[in-house]
Amino acid sequence: MDNLPSVNEQRRKCLRMLAVGGAWAGLWAAGLLQPLRALAAEWNKPAFDAKALDEALKSIGATTPVESSQIQLKAPEIAENGAIVPVEVTSGIPGTQAIYIIADKNPQPLVAIFDITPGIEPFISTRIKMGESSKVRVLVKAGDKFYVATQEVKVTIGGCGG
Amino acid sequence: MKIRAQLKGDVADVKVLMFHPMETGLRKDPITGDIIPMHFIQRVVATLNGKTVMDAQWSQAVSKNPFVNFRIRGAKQGDKVTVSWEDNKGEKASIETTLN
Amino acid sequence: MSLAHGAEALPEKDRQAFLADYREKFPGVPLESYVNGALMVSRDAMAQFDSIMEFPPFQDDVDKGKKMWESPFRNGKTFSSCFPDGGRNVAGNYPYYDVKADKVVTFEMDVNRCLRENAESEFRYDDAKTMGTLTAYARTLSDGMRTNVKVEGPGALAKYEKGRRLYFTRNGRLNFACSSCHLQIAGKTLRTEVLSPAVGQTTHWPVFRGGDNLNTLHMRYRRCLDQMRAPLFAAGSEELNDLEYFHSYLSNGLPLRASVYRK
Repeated sequence: MDNLPSVNEQRRKCLRMLAVGGAWAGLWAAGLLQPLRALAAEWNKPAFDAKALDEALKSIGATTPVESSQIQLKAPEIAENGAIVPVEVTSGIPGTQAIYIIADKNPQPLVAIFDITPGIEPFISTRIKMGESSKVRVLVKAGDKFYVATQEVKVTIGGCGG
Repeated sequence: MKIRAQLKGDVADVKVLMFHPMETGLRKDPITGDIIPMHFIQRVVATLNGKTVMDAQWSQAVSKNPFVNFRIRGAKQGDKVTVSWEDNKGEKASIETTLN
Repeated sequence: MSLAHGAEALPEKDRQAFLADYREKFPGVPLESYVNGALMVSRDAMAQFDSIMEFPPFQDDVDKGKKMWESPFRNGKTFSSCFPDGGRNVAGNYPYYDVKADKVVTFEMDVNRCLRENAESEFRYDDAKTMGTLTAYARTLSDGMRTNVKVEGPGALAKYEKGRRLYFTRNGRLNFACSSCHLQIAGKTLRTEVLSPAVGQTTHWPVFRGGDNLNTLHMRYRRCLDQMRAPLFAAGSEELNDLEYFHSYLSNGLPLRASVYRK
């Protein structure tokens, strides 16, 4: 279920680059020689660096997510400690490819991206830091659409700055 | 890292606890007053018999000593599950378990 | 409510009086739940606790404690040789009154006695890295054991009474006694914190605050005294040992669970 270009596509691209020449050629050639795993998505720095919610959503391509009651989000009403907030997501949306966890009011809203292959259930449980009371926002990517569910989580002791 | 995997039918419920400071870069050293630099796990990959089943990207906002729970489909006794992580400094760790 | 200052300090009478008071303040809460303290009034908070305790972030610290417990001393012996049944199901019997020495003995004191008798350096009672970490594991060997503190004989009763007096005496700039918050207004909220009842409080140590900050019971007593601007007795001091003796008696019958999460 990778959406990576096929090896042949990459070879064609590489040859084009080589024809063009320059510093890029070396990089592409090096890329072809690496195992396939290394060609997996780079850590999405722009998305994780985004300080505003709409910036973060734009970076992951989720500009118009549709609210869905098929996303089960379990998070506390009042987080005992913002440094360790348990969040559990179950997606009932067929063809779930990715689950994104966002805390709207964190200094950088995007917290985590989980690529869901057919090899696992569309279920993730983890613990996140929240700087202050905020909506916890969960996005699901399925097909080429984005779906969203949110829950307000109150935080009395913020968890970002210690 | 610690891993617990429980097979129920053909679904393996996998729970992982990683030991990592997950520094946000916002904390000050209580003694020196210096900012403790960002140091956090960026990638987590889980495989079943060598095939990637989950690939995650994390920010520094995942809690310290991170926990993750996921459920592998089509699993059976004897299958090997590995979970690996890599952080922003290039440090890595990995753990493997056999389902029984 | 016959807990007036100066009333006869018969331990069992005290315990029953505390329980009767708390039954009114926490109606419908089963006694077994008191071990969870303030969590028992919030299903939301309890759910977070259960979720975190499924795989606690401080597991590594408990494992370090296990290594400490199992590492032989220079003479080849280990901590388990100092306790009955290798240290399993012993913590509920602490503190106890040592008649010969005429003093209250806590579990941590017997850890130090073990070190001393095996020609090793004793641990500081307020050190999370040594005493805290060792007991974070050692106390788990008594998980599930019911608190079973004995106060028998005049010497023991005198120590119990000392601890009890400290519990009820107003102290420090804020003029609070332990009882002011944890008895009189237990269950109420003070500065966003729900006040836990005295019964159950001694069953769950050490705690890991925020999941990573190890606090033993005496470290917690000191934090509390500090917050009340009251005199700070040292961890392992006679005052805190006597207080722990009285305080633990109140939890008789309740199960122990060491190394738990608190916010």
